[in-house]
Amino acid sequence: MEENKQHYGLIAEFKTVSGVMNAAEKIRDEGFTKWDVLTPFPIHGLDAAMGLKRSKVPFYTFFGGLAGFTLGVLMVWYMNAYDYPLTVGGKPFFSPIFPFPIFYELTILLAAFGTFFGMFITNKLPMHHHPLFEHLGFNRATDDHFWIVIETSDPKFNFDRIKTLLAALGGIEITLLENK
Amino acid sequence: MAEILEHSIEKPEYLNLVKQENMPRAALVENHRDFHWITEKICGIVEAPTPTWWWVAFIVTSFVALFTFMGLTYLVSTGIGVWGLVSPINWGWAIVNFVFWIGIGHAGTLISAILCLLKQKWRTSINRPAEAMTIFAVMCAGLFPVFHVGRVWFAWWLFPLPIPQGVWPNFRSPLEWDVFAVSTYFTVSLLFWYMGMIPDLATIRDRAKKSAHKIRAYAYGIMAMGWRASNRHWSNFEMAYLLLAGLATPLVLSVHTIVSFDFAVSLLPGWHTTIFPPYFVAGAIFGGFAMVLTLMLPLRGIYRLHDLLTMHHIDNMAKIILATGSMVGYGYAMELFIAWYSGNPYEGFTFINRAFGQYGWAYCIMIICNVVSPQLFWFKYCRQNIVIVWIVCMFVNVGMWFERFVIIVTSLANDFLPSSWGYYSPTVVDIFTFFGTFGFFSALFLLFIRFIPMMAMAEMKAVIPKGDPHHPQHQLQD
Repeated sequence: MEENKQHYGLIAEFKTVSGVMNAAEKIRDEGFTKWDVLTPFPIHGLDAAMGLKRSKVPFYTFFGGLAGFTLGVLMVWYMNAYDYPLTVGGKPFFSPIFPFPIFYELTILLAAFGTFFGMFITNKLPMHHHPLFEHLGFNRATDDHFWIVIETSDPKFNFDRIKTLLAALGGIEITLLENK
Repeated sequence: MAEILEHSIEKPEYLNLVKQENMPRAALVENHRDFHWITEKICGIVEAPTPTWWWVAFIVTSFVALFTFMGLTYLVSTGIGVWGLVSPINWGWAIVNFVFWIGIGHAGTLISAILCLLKQKWRTSINRPAEAMTIFAVMCAGLFPVFHVGRVWFAWWLFPLPIPQGVWPNFRSPLEWDVFAVSTYFTVSLLFWYMGMIPDLATIRDRAKKSAHKIRAYAYGIMAMGWRASNRHWSNFEMAYLLLAGLATPLVLSVHTIVSFDFAVSLLPGWHTTIFPPYFVAGAIFGGFAMVLTLMLPLRGIYRLHDLLTMHHIDNMAKIILATGSMVGYGYAMELFIAWYSGNPYEGFTFINRAFGQYGWAYCIMIICNVVSPQLFWFKYCRQNIVIVWIVCMFVNVGMWFERFVIIVTSLANDFLPSSWGYYSPTVVDIFTFFGTFGFFSALFLLFIRFIPMMAMAEMKAVIPKGDPHHPQHQLQD
């Protein structure tokens, strides 16, 4: 459809948290897939209302932590026991016990990097160009207003039907967003 | 009711006198402020023209920071002898200051991570400044060991980097563990702090775009990483935030534990004690909370944040200071008890000497500031009186510095052999260097309150009744 390329989606404003929650539940039940809720803060229970799956970030955390621990063990072994063993106080060159603080800290460090970058990767950020940006500030989506946007790329997108649906759910200021 | 009482014969009479107490939960944001009010309040601090007091404070603190710069320049150009370190006391103020500053940082992580895991919603209005405090305190802390190595231009040898001689760091040393603990702590705190502020930076970006502030919109836009308030993003963000809190919690406990290993792993009487890790961690949280209040109480007055940083918050923090201060007091008592109970004459002497020896005055300051002064917080009157809270916090700040001084210096000054005993006094260079770090810390904190949303707006919006879709008050408003 020609219209789909020109426009990003239909967006509607909701005044209250419970209003946007109820609307999200209905839209989820209608079976839409390419849609989103813009909210200035995380609303408790909205993930379930939108039917979102559990976040994939823990996957990155786990592998970050695993990499950190492995790196720690290999580093201490290579440096103190293999490449240049130093005799200090008659202590063994390598043991899993004494350098444990090193393993521990590196596990946390790389797990934290995994989490941090995992958040950016799963969210596909940074993305400094997006059709929604024109809308955000002028409509206080990062301040105190809530918005639901249904994208034109959704297989179930039908302009008239969605406009009626959003209005019936209590959405106001229903606007068609341009794709820029 | 009467029937029930007749049937339950075993119920004692006095239970009839027991009445249910009506204890409403304190509001986290007072006066029913709404989302937009919070945005205006916090963004307004960043967006308003720079106030005159800020310039005065910034110039004064930057000037004070020059003392550190001068002290360190003189140290590097002359040699480590300009510090008051004389055998047997080779860990003087530098290490005292290091432990002091790193301890201050711990409250920030406690507030942001541990209270997050414990679902303590009152943390939302203090976590951002407390995390900023952590980062700046760790920066101050890091200066001291780096310069204490003597030849600072070789400080990078502390890291596992290849050097021409081919030797690697010795991972059997607690000092090397410290390098990893402190650098990990700094990095993770920075990641946590930055990630948490991305939605708030986006708020400033959008407001700047709306009011046509091009440079501001661009600068905050870059820092906000293209955040667009999407709930699909919030879902991952919340998960990442929770995981970072989960990672920072064992981290913060490990950092001061490892700092205490610097002492506990040695064989010196007064240092070689197993109680050090928990007692250092409690002390760090104690001192850190005092510093949070020291900074936040004046800011609360200046920026009129009374609705966001309520008496309930201050009361809670005072209670934590009381609890951790009492733990620290228990630690002091237990050290003395174990010194006696161990039957080791060197241990016994060290602790008697610590309390009544040549540094008895420092021990006395430590006990008064850390154990006696927080006991005022048993009384609600004291917890609700801003002036008393602030004064007690200053006592705690002083006391915690003296605690580290007492631990480090008394053990070193009077060790096994009386022939090698000494007395440590700082030189003017020591004093300048330490004094300057307060300027450095404060100047960084001033930059923080000027350029970064000082409180976590998004998090505060989520804890007010209007932000909770299931709150009864909200149903009424609908």
